[in-house]
Amino acid sequence: MFAVEDLSAAYGPVKALNGVSFTADRGQVTAVLGANGAGKTTLLRTVSGLVRSTAGSVTLDGKDITRTATEKLTSYGLSHVPEGRGVIAELTVVENLRLGGLHRATGSEPMPIERIFELFPRLGERREATAHMLSGGERQMLVIGRALMARPTVLLLDEPSLGLAPRVVAQIFDLLRGLVQNEHLTVVLVEQNARSALSIADHGVVLNLGKVVASAPAAELAADEQLRHAYLGF
Amino acid sequence: MQQFLDTTLGGLVLGAVYAAFALALCLIWRSTRIVNFAQAAMAMVTTYIALSLINVDVPYWVAFLAAIAAGFMLGALVERLIIRPVEGKADLNAVILTLGLFMVLHGLTALVFGVQHRGFPAPVSTSAIEVGDTSIGITPFGVLTIVIVAVVMAGLVVLFRFTDLGLRMRASAFNGEVSRLLGVRVGRMLTLGWALAAAVGAVAGLLIAGGDLVNPAFMDPFVIYGFIAAVLGGLDSPIGSVIGGLILGLSLSYVTGYVGEHLAPLVALGILMLVLLVRPSGLFAAAAARRV
Repeated sequence: MFAVEDLSAAYGPVKALNGVSFTADRGQVTAVLGANGAGKTTLLRTVSGLVRSTAGSVTLDGKDITRTATEKLTSYGLSHVPEGRGVIAELTVVENLRLGGLHRATGSEPMPIERIFELFPRLGERREATAHMLSGGERQMLVIGRALMARPTVLLLDEPSLGLAPRVVAQIFDLLRGLVQNEHLTVVLVEQNARSALSIADHGVVLNLGKVVASAPAAELAADEQLRHAYLGF
Repeated sequence: MQQFLDTTLGGLVLGAVYAAFALALCLIWRSTRIVNFAQAAMAMVTTYIALSLINVDVPYWVAFLAAIAAGFMLGALVERLIIRPVEGKADLNAVILTLGLFMVLHGLTALVFGVQHRGFPAPVSTSAIEVGDTSIGITPFGVLTIVIVAVVMAGLVVLFRFTDLGLRMRASAFNGEVSRLLGVRVGRMLTLGWALAAAVGAVAGLLIAGGDLVNPAFMDPFVIYGFIAAVLGGLDSPIGSVIGGLILGLSLSYVTGYVGEHLAPLVALGILMLVLLVRPSGLFAAAAARRV
């Protein structure tokens, strides 16, 4: 189980996260929702140590990983997938994937690159292309595939739908759903696109101004009209 | 015809050295986006280290390797102690620091070794090779220079293209944050980048010094020429740096051979201006493809 407890972070005097707590279970998708500036991306960046937490803790299967160096997290099985522009644009598709497999979860078997191409046949067709040549959807597939190369147990996804056509979003979300079921992953899905996110999530957490304002099963959140209007924009 | 051959061969040797030096600048530019103006002074220091060893009867090749190792360590130290503390501040800060380092190394070397010229040996002959009874414009040391530079380049290509370490180094240079998220120890890779660059610079210094005189200022022209070669080929492109070095070496050799030695620096600056006016990212820079 992946648990965030009372996590806080600040940019100078501005509190960006204010005592955020939630848990994400294995084999489930937990959606973290909220408007622009609600603290969603900061939450992921704080978990990964890219932003220093000022209070609180992050635990993974009971192990405290709060102030672990960013570079070590993949060896603990935690992969943070930055949004689609996080491909390394100057490297080829294969190089991006190879890089993802260099620092795997401790004790895991290497992931054959061909497995990623089975999941994302489109990437297989473009294996020698430099990443900056890829479309937005292909980039998103590449960052997810690259994260899988490290054999994570927890996948933190930052806005995978950003800038993608609805058809492509649906495709990527279907794939995520499949991954969670087949590989028994824990997925924390940060999304502005609440409607799509809730459609594949088991649980939802709604952030506003750095605080959790709601945490409930996804179906319940989707049915709560008042909450949807106030925070989720649909 | 004879003169053309001579100047071409001479230009290739010169170009190989410029290429090595430009490559060192390029390695640092790629990893930390800094033009290292102390590169020449660092190479000068390592050359003096080799000279000191040779003067106490250490064999030439042992001194050669020791100087490269010293360059490696010097590069790592400079990155850790001088560049790292200003990381994340304006790039100009680091560049000014490298200029300061240039002067400090210059001064220290003059204090320790004096400013007089000293002879630096070469491992093989430095008189022109003779074919039949005409001598051609290249020396055995010139041939060795080209071979060593080619080996260094091939080694770097293998490192960056085919090894995991090279992949980590390239990734760290292109996108530090994403690389960290993937588990790469980016700080260590940047240090290694500087160390490697300084080692390549040390090789260039040793090849320039071979069979010639050294003093604390002997590398100074290379601050300019190495920079021109790197900019000519595109600071971002290792292959470009090499080709830029060769073009510059050949051009200067032709100018020296056919017009006059005194015009060479002027032509070099002319080339620099032309490139900056016409193609500021260099002849071989990858098509502008940074993140949108």
